[in-house]
Amino acid sequence: MSEHTDDLVAVTVTVNGMTHSRRIEPRMLLSDFLRHGLGLTGTHVGCEHGVCGACTISVGGRSARSCLMLAVMAEGLEIETIEGQGTPEALSRIQKAFQDHHGLQCGFCTPGMVMAIADLLAHHPLETDDQIREGLSGNLCRCTGYINIIAAVRELARERGPLT
Amino acid sequence: MNKPDYSDVVMRPKLVGKRIKRTEDLRLLTGTGEYVDDVQAAGMVHVAIRRSDRPHARIIAVDAHAAFDIPGVIGVYDMTDFEGECEPAVPTSRMKDYYATPTWPLARGKVRYVGEPVVAVVAESRYAAEDALDHIVIDYEPLPFAIRQVDAVKDDAPLLHEEAGTNVIVRREFVRGDVEEVFRTAPHKVGGTFRMTRKCPSPMENRSYMAQWDKRNRALTLYSASNIPGVVRDVLSGCLGLSSHQLRVIAPDVGGSFGGKGSLYSEEMLVCLLARKLQRPVKYVADRLEDLAAMSQAFDELIEAELAFDDEGRFLGLRADVIGDVGAFSIYPWTAALETVQVISFLPGPYKTEAYHGRIRGVLTPKPPTGPYRGVGRPSSTLAMERLVDMAARKIGMDPAEIRRRNLVRREDFPYRTAPGIIWDQSAFLECLEGACAALDYPALLDRRDAMRAEGRWVGLGFASYAELTGIGSRISVAPGMPINTGTETANISIDATGVVTAAFGVASHGQGLETTLAQIIADELGCAMADIIVLHGDSSLVPMSTGTYASRSAVLGGGAATVTSRGLKAKVLRMAALLMEQQTGDLDLHDSTVTSRASNQSLTIKEIAKAVYNQMGRIPRDQREDLVFQETYDPYLGTACSSTHLCMLEVDPGTFGVRILDYVVSEDCGRIINPMIVDGQVHGAVAQGIGAALLEEVIHDGEGQSVAASLADYLLPVATDIPDIAIVHIEAELPNNVGGFRGMGEGGTIGAPAAIANAISDALAPLGVEVNKLPATPDRLFALVRAARQDKPPAE
Ligand code: FES
Ligand code: FES
Repeated sequence: MSEHTDDLVAVTVTVNGMTHSRRIEPRMLLSDFLRHGLGLTGTHVGCEHGVCGACTISVGGRSARSCLMLAVMAEGLEIETIEGQGTPEALSRIQKAFQDHHGLQCGFCTPGMVMAIADLLAHHPLETDDQIREGLSGNLCRCTGYINIIAAVRELARERGPLT
Repeated sequence: MNKPDYSDVVMRPKLVGKRIKRTEDLRLLTGTGEYVDDVQAAGMVHVAIRRSDRPHARIIAVDAHAAFDIPGVIGVYDMTDFEGECEPAVPTSRMKDYYATPTWPLARGKVRYVGEPVVAVVAESRYAAEDALDHIVIDYEPLPFAIRQVDAVKDDAPLLHEEAGTNVIVRREFVRGDVEEVFRTAPHKVGGTFRMTRKCPSPMENRSYMAQWDKRNRALTLYSASNIPGVVRDVLSGCLGLSSHQLRVIAPDVGGSFGGKGSLYSEEMLVCLLARKLQRPVKYVADRLEDLAAMSQAFDELIEAELAFDDEGRFLGLRADVIGDVGAFSIYPWTAALETVQVISFLPGPYKTEAYHGRIRGVLTPKPPTGPYRGVGRPSSTLAMERLVDMAARKIGMDPAEIRRRNLVRREDFPYRTAPGIIWDQSAFLECLEGACAALDYPALLDRRDAMRAEGRWVGLGFASYAELTGIGSRISVAPGMPINTGTETANISIDATGVVTAAFGVASHGQGLETTLAQIIADELGCAMADIIVLHGDSSLVPMSTGTYASRSAVLGGGAATVTSRGLKAKVLRMAALLMEQQTGDLDLHDSTVTSRASNQSLTIKEIAKAVYNQMGRIPRDQREDLVFQETYDPYLGTACSSTHLCMLEVDPGTFGVRILDYVVSEDCGRIINPMIVDGQVHGAVAQGIGAALLEEVIHDGEGQSVAASLADYLLPVATDIPDIAIVHIEAELPNNVGGFRGMGEGGTIGAPAAIANAISDALAPLGVEVNKLPATPDRLFALVRAARQDKPPAE
C-alpha cells in the first residue's frame, strides 16, 4: 500500500483503553483495522454484510457491527472488543457464564455474541426467554442451536436483576 | 433397557460421564484462539479469486493486463501458469461404472459451474487483490448445459466432462427379495416424490488457507480451515510432487465445518502452488459470497419411493428410484457416491424391510459439487422413509407411533442385516421411540393437538425414527468404494521428563470439544489428573497416518484409541513403578497421578516415576528401563449404530404460513456418554441445522445456473427465535464390541429433524389434504400447496 501514501488518512481510536494512531486507507473496514491493523483478531468476520454479528464490538458503549463501519468513522471514539472483556486467567462474568453453560462450540461466533450480550444486559429487560431470543436474533451461531447461549443469558439476567 | 455395567472397561470411572467444562473455552472465549485468518507471517501476500460467472463455457483467453496497474498487485495466474507444476487430485473409487473427475487448482480449459475459481490475483493486500479482479477480462465460449438433474440424466444431455462419456458418473442398485411380486400382491401401497433441496453447510468461519514455503527445508506448511488435515496432506503432497515430510497441514482453531470443510478444495492446492512459486507466505480467505457459491453443497436427490404393507401395518416391501444431483465434480476424497449411495443404503432405516429395491443414479450438473454435510444422505433417506411410514399409518388409520413400534428392528433381531447390507449391532431402536413418547406424554400431546385443532388451528405432530452407522472401522470405507482407510485412529501418548502427559491424535476437532473429551478418557484410563494432559490434534505431522474428524468417528475411534493407548502406557508406568518400589505390578494401582501399592504403604507420583525413568539413571536397571511412550491404533472394524426418535408438535400460521415449533424431543442412544454437556450441545446444534433444512435453507440455481443466494440475508440460517427448547432423552444401550462403548452422535439431529417436521406439517395440514414431501417448507411453498389443495377441492373446515 506504500504507493498509496498520499491517500492515507490519520485515525486515532481508543480500543480497550489503549489509544492507537495509524495512517490508513479511508476505505478500510473497522473490522479489518482491528484484526489486521491492531492485531486484535478476537473480533471475527463471518459475512461482511452486517448479517451474522460475528464482528460485533462495542462503540461508545453500544454494540455495533465492525464490518459495517469504516475505521475512519471510529475517529476519537472508545471501542471495546472481546479482548477487553476478560482473559483466560480471569474470564469476565459473561465469558464465565458461557463456559458454565457450554454456550460455545467452535467459538467463531462467540466474541460477537459476548459483545452483543454485554449490550443486551446493559439496556434490555431480558425478563423472558422470548425477550432473550429476540435479543440474540441478530447474531448467528451455526453450532449451538442457541439453547445453551439462552441459558447463559437467562442466568446473567437473573443475576443482574431488573433494569432500573 | 438395563444400565450397562462398565466395570470391566474402567476400574473407577471418574471423569467420563461427567459435565466437565471444556478446556478449549478459555482461549475461544477471550479472543485468543487462532483461526487461519489470525495466522500472520512476515512478507505474507493475499489472494483474491475471479470466479466463473458461467455455468458451462470454454475459456478462450484471459487478459489480465490492466490488473497490473493496480498498486500492490504481484501476479495474476490462471491454470496455464501451473501446467507441469501439479497433478490433479483424482477421487478414485472401486465402484463400478464410476468416473472420477479431476480437481485442479483453477479451472482448466472449461468452467463447469458459476463460482468455479478461474483466475487468482496475488497482491500485497486483500484490498488491492480484489481491486484487480475487476480489471481481468475472461473471454468465454458458452457451451450448452442441463441445469436440472432430470434433464442432465438424459442420454442426449450436453456433457459436462466429455471424457466420462456420460453425465451419470455413479450408479448403484440394491435388491433383496422379489420386490415386484410383493408390490403386486400387497394389500396397501403408498408412494411419493421426496426431496431435500440443496443446502450450503455454512459454518460461521468461511474457508481460509495460508501456505508458507520454508526455504531452509524446502517444505510447505499449509494452515487450513479443514477437518481432514491428514487427508489433505496425503493427497496434496502427491499433487505437488513433494514427499510427505515436505508438507505439513495444520488445522488450528476451525470455526465449524459440518462437512463443508471436509473435502479437498482447489483453493488449498492454489495457495500451496503460489507459496512455492513466490517463496512467500500466501493467504486466501473466502468471503461469504464465495462460500455460498463454492463450498461443497448438500443433498439434492430426487427420490421416487413406494412402500407396501399389510392390514396390520407391517412393511412388506420398499422400492425407490433416486436421481442425485452431484454438481460439477466428484469431490475429493469422498466421491460423488458418498451422499448419493447413502440415500439408498439407509432408506429402509431402522425397520425390518425384507423386500427392497433401491436404485440411484448420480448425475453431473453445472453447480458446485455436493459433498459431506452433517447427516450425509440420511436426512434425505429419512425424510422419504418417515413420510412413507406416516402415509401408511394414515391410510390404514393407525397411530404413527404404533406403526413404528410394529416395524422397528427389535432387541431379539440384533445384529440385523438390512437389505442394502448394513449391520445394526445392538441399539435401542424401540426404547428410543418409547422414550420420546414418554418424554412428551404422547397421549396428552395428542389431546393437546386435538384441542387446538378444535379451535381451528393448524397443529400437527410428527415422528422420525432413524438409525445411522457411526464410528466406522476398517471393514468398509466411510464413502462406498473409496480407497482411503477411514477406519482406524492412532494415538500417541507420552509422559515427559516432568511428568506431563502429551496425547497426539489424528482427529481434528472443530467445535466438538475433543481436547476435553479425549482428556477425560485418558485421565480415567491412565489414572492421571486432567490438568496434566495436553491433547494435540488437527496436525498431519502428529501420528503416522491420520485423516481427521468426520462421519461421527472421533468419539468412537479417537475415544477407542485414547483408551487402548492409555492402557498400554499405564502398563509401562506400572512396570517402572514396580521396579522402583520392588513390588509386583499386580499389587499396584494408579489413581490421581500416583501409583500406590496394596502390598505395602509405598507410593510414587507419575512425576517421580518420570524423573527416575528419564533423569535418575541407575535407579531402574538399564535393560529393563522403558520410555513412557505408547502408540496404538484402534480399529472398531465394523461401525456402530446410533439410533434415535424425534417427536415434535408444531403450528402453521394460516395467515403467514410460517411454522412455529411448540414441542420438540430427541430420544437417542449414543452409547456410553463421555460428557453429557457436550452431547446435549451436539444434539441442539444438529437439530437446529435440521430445522434450518426443514424450514429455511435452500440453495436455488436459476435456469441459467446462477445461484440466487448471495448473502446470509438470502440463504437463511436459523436464528435464536427459530429454535425451540429441545428436550433430550438419553438411552445408553450397552455396546459390547467397542472399546469404551461409545457411539458417534454428532450428526443425528440433522437426520431426524427434517423428517419429523415434514410429518408434523403434513399432520397439521392433513384436514386440507396437503402433504409436505419437499423441504424446506417455506411459507411460499406451503402457501402454494394449500392453495392448490383448496382449488382442487373445497377446504376441509
Ligand atoms: S461480519 Fe459483520 S455482521 Fe457478519
Ligand atoms: S459456536 Fe460455532 S458458530 Fe457459534
